[in-house]
Amino acid sequence: MFFSDKHAGMGELADTLAEDAYTEGRSLWRDARRRFMGHRAAVASLLVLVLLLLFSAFGQFLSPWDNESIDWASLPNLDEDGVPSLASQHYFGLDPIGRDLYQRTVQGSRISLMVGVLGALTAVVIGTLYGAISGYVGGRTDAIMMRTLEVLSAFPFMFLVIVLMAVFGRNVLLIFVAIGAVSWLNMARIVRGQTLSLKRKEYIEAAMSVGVHPLLIVLRHIVPNVLGVVIVYATLLVPEMILFESFISFLGLGVSEPYTSWGALISEGADAMWTAPWTLIFPMLMLVLTLFCFNFLGDGLRDALDPKDR
Amino acid sequence: MSEQQRLLAVENLQVTFDIMPRNAWPWTRPQPLKAVNNVSFTLNEGETLGIVGESGCGKSTLARAIMGMVPSQAGKVVWLGENLRGLSLKQLRKRRQRLQMVFQDPLASLSPRMTVGDIIAEPLRTHYPDIKGAELREKVDAIMDRVGLHPHQKNRYPHEFSGGQCQRVGIARALILEPKLIICDEPVSALDVSVQAQVINLLKNLQRDMGLSLIFIAHDLSVVKHISDRVMVLYLGNVAENATRAELFANPRHPYTQALMAAVPIPDPERERAKPPVELEGDLPSPMNPPSGCVFRTRCPLATEYCGKEIPVLEDKTGAGHWVACHYVEREEKLN
Repeated sequence: MFFSDKHAGMGELADTLAEDAYTEGRSLWRDARRRFMGHRAAVASLLVLVLLLLFSAFGQFLSPWDNESIDWASLPNLDEDGVPSLASQHYFGLDPIGRDLYQRTVQGSRISLMVGVLGALTAVVIGTLYGAISGYVGGRTDAIMMRTLEVLSAFPFMFLVIVLMAVFGRNVLLIFVAIGAVSWLNMARIVRGQTLSLKRKEYIEAAMSVGVHPLLIVLRHIVPNVLGVVIVYATLLVPEMILFESFISFLGLGVSEPYTSWGALISEGADAMWTAPWTLIFPMLMLVLTLFCFNFLGDGLRDALDPKDR
Repeated sequence: MSEQQRLLAVENLQVTFDIMPRNAWPWTRPQPLKAVNNVSFTLNEGETLGIVGESGCGKSTLARAIMGMVPSQAGKVVWLGENLRGLSLKQLRKRRQRLQMVFQDPLASLSPRMTVGDIIAEPLRTHYPDIKGAELREKVDAIMDRVGLHPHQKNRYPHEFSGGQCQRVGIARALILEPKLIICDEPVSALDVSVQAQVINLLKNLQRDMGLSLIFIAHDLSVVKHISDRVMVLYLGNVAENATRAELFANPRHPYTQALMAAVPIPDPERERAKPPVELEGDLPSPMNPPSGCVFRTRCPLATEYCGKEIPVLEDKTGAGHWVACHYVEREEKLN
């Protein structure tokens, strides 16, 4: 009696166990997240970057000034009244023609970060697809696609930017176009290399033998497996894009007034370096901080996503 | 065996790869490497064909050529009365529903970023996009159960499984479309011996229950002996011998097959020591530059000058379905 009762109980237990036993698997992404969380510098960088993003999005509400009007009262005596101070609510001081530098930095951050992120995003989307298709299809298609890439990367992009600016005038959109056009080239090359090595893996062969459409093989099997490398490279690409934009702006080809970016601000600040050093220091600090953070983030992501570490 | 039961007939299949010599100029003519040379065999429904041979003798290439994943240069692959060679990729993809493959490295043949359930469901999603939701889940559960996996593990990822379990996943993926033929490319050579037995018995049971045919590639003779109905011995891309299992193991006639049999270690030191040493000299010749005449002559204990002149034909000399490609089958019998 006791025995059969116990048996029934066990059966029930087994049933309930089977019911909620649809265990969640530990995906490679989740492993990577755990490893990333262990990388302190990367997590701190991520935090700083989030703060920077919030600063560029909402920073303008913290100050009564705006980014284009001139503080006429302080203008006559810029060397003394233009100094950063909490009392005058010019937290970062005034720029050489009397505009509030804090507001200009907030606005410049917005442009610079946007350029960086959008540039990296273009690189990720176009570069990944272009590289994966080129590598997967192989043969003549691969050769043609890669030669096209080489021709494009041999083109002097500074020259292209200058021509674009001269013809169409200074325009934020043009900067995006120019940066988008350069950014994906290297990414496509990296992804192609990865794809070439993945292509010979047995699971790709298995998908082929099942009869999966080649495009689906690329999207379902190759892209998720190169994504680790792509993410790492993309985070390292963001600062590169920001620097590229800064360079264009530094040459005076970037965004037009009253808008500004970190590069333009640093350029102005460098001119006034001896009389008003704060005009250089604040935008420069922002730029350096961002670049450091993105590099640390990339480092942490690489450690987390490196498949050899598995 | 009647003609209707015939599933697959391979006739004089030839696979050549173009190999660029080292330090070649771009305009240098690539050199042909004959990976599979004039291979013919037939396979009936429900039958298992074992293919054995040294590594590099073209076993895997043969399998891939049958699947149409490697282009073949000549011959025929007749599948259910239709030549698969010359079909477009699109047509071929449709045929592959009934013709599946299990791979050597269990973990490497599963996409690391997909859950096991998704991997098993992929063939169904590909060929029957209408099957969705509960119906799909049910089918996946059923097939997982069938191969001895717990359906509740389907949200897990391949790296969380052992080698034997991964191979079961691979088998489930091959089975879900209810194929007629599964080509197993060394499915157990990466597994422990005890797990090997489990997987092989699983394959045997599945074959019995579902009426599957198997092409079983291996380099382990004992494994092949356990599972095959017929055994084909390949040497350097050529068929050396093709016979029923009983016939081949009891009465190997090609000198290469005899040497292979002699090389199987006996798990008894007394008998192992007493066994007459039959050793093949030398290495497998390069398939880029195969010996003239009989490809085996460079290592054959029976070879004569004649072997270098004439290529031996695969012949059924006794008429009992025992095909051998050797000039000296009769003579050798006299020697024995």
